[in-house]
Amino acid sequence: MSSAGDGEPRHHILSVLVENKAGVLARVAGLFSRRGFNIFSLAVAPTDDERFSRLTIVVDVESAPLEQVVQQLDKLVNVVAISQLAPEAAVERELLLATVAVDAPRRGEVIELVGVFRGEVVNVGLDRLTVMLADDPDTVDDFERLLGAYGIVELQRTGRVALPKLGRSKAD
Amino acid sequence: MKLTGAQALIKSLETQGVDVMFGLPGGAILPVYDPILGSSIRHILVRHEQGAGHMAEGYAMVTGRAGVAMVTSGPGATNVVTPLSNAYMDSTPLVVISGQVATSAIGSDAFQECDITGVTMGITKHNWLVTRAEDIPRTVAAAFHVATTGRPGPVLIDLPKDVSNAEMEWYWPATEADLDLPGYHPRLDGDPAAIARAAQLILAAERPVLYVGGGVLKAGATDALLELAERTGFPVVTTLMARGAFPDSHPLCLGMPGMHGNYTAVTAMQRADLLVALGARFDDRVTGKVSAFAPAAKVIHVDVDPAEIGKVRAPEVGIVGDCRRVIEALLEALEAAGLGHDDAAVRTERGARGRPGTQAASRPARDGWWAQLRAWQAAYPLHYEEEAGGPLKPQRVVETLRALSSPDTVVVAGVGQHQMWASQYWRFEQPRTWVNSGGAGTMGFAVPAAIGAKVGRPDRTVWAIDGDGCFQMTAQELATASAERIPVKVAILNNAYLGMVRQWQEMFYAERYSEVYLSPDLPDYVKWAEAMGCVGIRAETPEEVAPAIEKANAIDDRPVVVDFRTDAFEKVFPMVPAGGSNDDIVVHPSQAQGRVVQ
Ligand SMILES: Cc1ncc(C[n+]2csc(CCOP(=O)(O)OP(=O)(O)O)c2C)c(N)n1
Ligand SMILES: [Mg+2]
Repeated sequence: MSSAGDGEPRHHILSVLVENKAGVLARVAGLFSRRGFNIFSLAVAPTDDERFSRLTIVVDVESAPLEQVVQQLDKLVNVVAISQLAPEAAVERELLLATVAVDAPRRGEVIELVGVFRGEVVNVGLDRLTVMLADDPDTVDDFERLLGAYGIVELQRTGRVALPKLGRSKAD
Repeated sequence: MKLTGAQALIKSLETQGVDVMFGLPGGAILPVYDPILGSSIRHILVRHEQGAGHMAEGYAMVTGRAGVAMVTSGPGATNVVTPLSNAYMDSTPLVVISGQVATSAIGSDAFQECDITGVTMGITKHNWLVTRAEDIPRTVAAAFHVATTGRPGPVLIDLPKDVSNAEMEWYWPATEADLDLPGYHPRLDGDPAAIARAAQLILAAERPVLYVGGGVLKAGATDALLELAERTGFPVVTTLMARGAFPDSHPLCLGMPGMHGNYTAVTAMQRADLLVALGARFDDRVTGKVSAFAPAAKVIHVDVDPAEIGKVRAPEVGIVGDCRRVIEALLEALEAAGLGHDDAAVRTERGARGRPGTQAASRPARDGWWAQLRAWQAAYPLHYEEEAGGPLKPQRVVETLRALSSPDTVVVAGVGQHQMWASQYWRFEQPRTWVNSGGAGTMGFAVPAAIGAKVGRPDRTVWAIDGDGCFQMTAQELATASAERIPVKVAILNNAYLGMVRQWQEMFYAERYSEVYLSPDLPDYVKWAEAMGCVGIRAETPEEVAPAIEKANAIDDRPVVVDFRTDAFEKVFPMVPAGGSNDDIVVHPSQAQGRVVQ
């Protein structure tokens, strides 16, 4: 899902500021599908200015050159600004919610795992636990894999959001 | 001033300077048809909404202004989908207004409801669903702005019936800032550093070609192009969308490249060491197999659409900007490097003399390149063969038509063999005299586009060169033309076949002809023309061609249709087989013997 072994990362993050208008998501999704660009994940959220929303799109750069994806996106009239974030230049976060089937004797193991990852137990049933983790996507992947050993009943991931890493000089 | 949404729409179109629109009413757009009665705008009632869309395209292509079409919801709107897609592919500015069911009914599968903004999202530059009457003037102004600036294209405004009926207080957006387009900023001026690098490549080129596309026409850059070509002494090819952007009679003109381009234009690009692409998009019909296209060429790519740069071919220098502004900046950069205007270069292939002591004075000579180009032209001119007493050749019809028409005649084509013969055998001398469907290849384009072109340029003779198959798709609009007294002329190259498909079946499917025969006289085109209020003429032999054309040219009070019965078996040459390399261009069989492989 994230980087392909030791090579170049397969994904790239685009942070896209769009007008908060009906149909904008369809325009973006339609563009990706008709041009054959692949999306790994897409997150939509309002911004502090109600006229705009922000899409965080993780694109598969093997499906099309990044430059082409950006230029085509930029042509959409409702797209106001695009910033490209190379994975190494970004802080990325993703949230995972998982319900795990776990009986009383093994409950402690799962809670311990959640503790190690600094996640949270958000709901407890008789033979189930719902846990949460917000972290960088690779860590979330690891967490998901380890939870898998216990039997995941339901899983939701948000797709990633990202912001540029801050430099060491003062911002102006 | 209080207006209804419908009145505001018409007033907005008037304020925008619209003089004509093409359309057909229906339930959802009814409110808007009422104020048309008192409007200064001429409304042309079509017989099918596809006709309205293509008329608006023809109008736009000859005038450079946005064409306007108006349709009702549901089927009215879906009937205009083909013209929208066509205009999108050919970057033609179009504003389509569609009626929509009332906002309260949207999403309920109401009568004649269709999500036309959803349907046309991928084939418009942008579209709008207007939900408040007070948004109408701003939306109309924004629609025209988006359609006509940057890379032009079609837009659609979907107008629900209750919005048309609602009241609003009239205003007109004063400035561009009032259009509410925070994400729309076309880049028109090229980057000076890139222009300087382009000038360097131009001064170093030994085997250059100016690869001219439709963007040059749209930018009104033909004068700048002429100066660039003459000053540099570079040969020019004009793509299917750019015929007329550079005069065919000019010694620097090599004609059309591409799948059915001439040998010299195609091969010059293949052997070039520099391609200067101006408002062209490296379409597959031009490049053939991309990996084998112009392998030795460095590329300068000028386009107003940043997404075109590097989409197909990575250029050495990419310049985003309006073709006219960029070419003019390039001319300044060349001047600074010692290559200024030189009267001695006008209508020659020699190019300007460089100012002594400058880089331009020592640029490579291109004599060898020109000698090569002239040798190709001599060996592989466009060619067809006629036998005495044999069938009428379609190329003969086009040549005769050209010979008997003034050079400012507007020629409009359908899609197929006849289109290619028109583009090859017509000699284009002026911009905006060629109207055709390039990117989409829409059969049925010619008749309505010719009507729109004639409405846009009533001072010009407009000849449609159409196929028998194409004609049958949209001929009903000749009834529109008769009713509205729009005297277009249509030459049907009636080969009784879906000829282009027949040609592919002959060449690539072992002559297994599948569903391509149409018959020469079903329908009877002369009677059909007469039934629609046109004059119908038939010409069956070479001798009948010129008299038929002269008769048609003498009629200026109604449309004319000439049914030219042409050779059913004639093929278009040269031809680069689809997906093949341009090096594998197939010339006319009589030229194939002893073809020199370069
Ligand atoms: C709407 C549409 N349908 C099908 C085609 C495929 N097509 C391309 S050329 C052609 C034949 C056109 O026949 P005609 O108008 O008689 O022209 P000709 O090639 O015979 O000159 C066809 C069917 C098309 N381009 N457009
Ligand atoms: Mg035909």
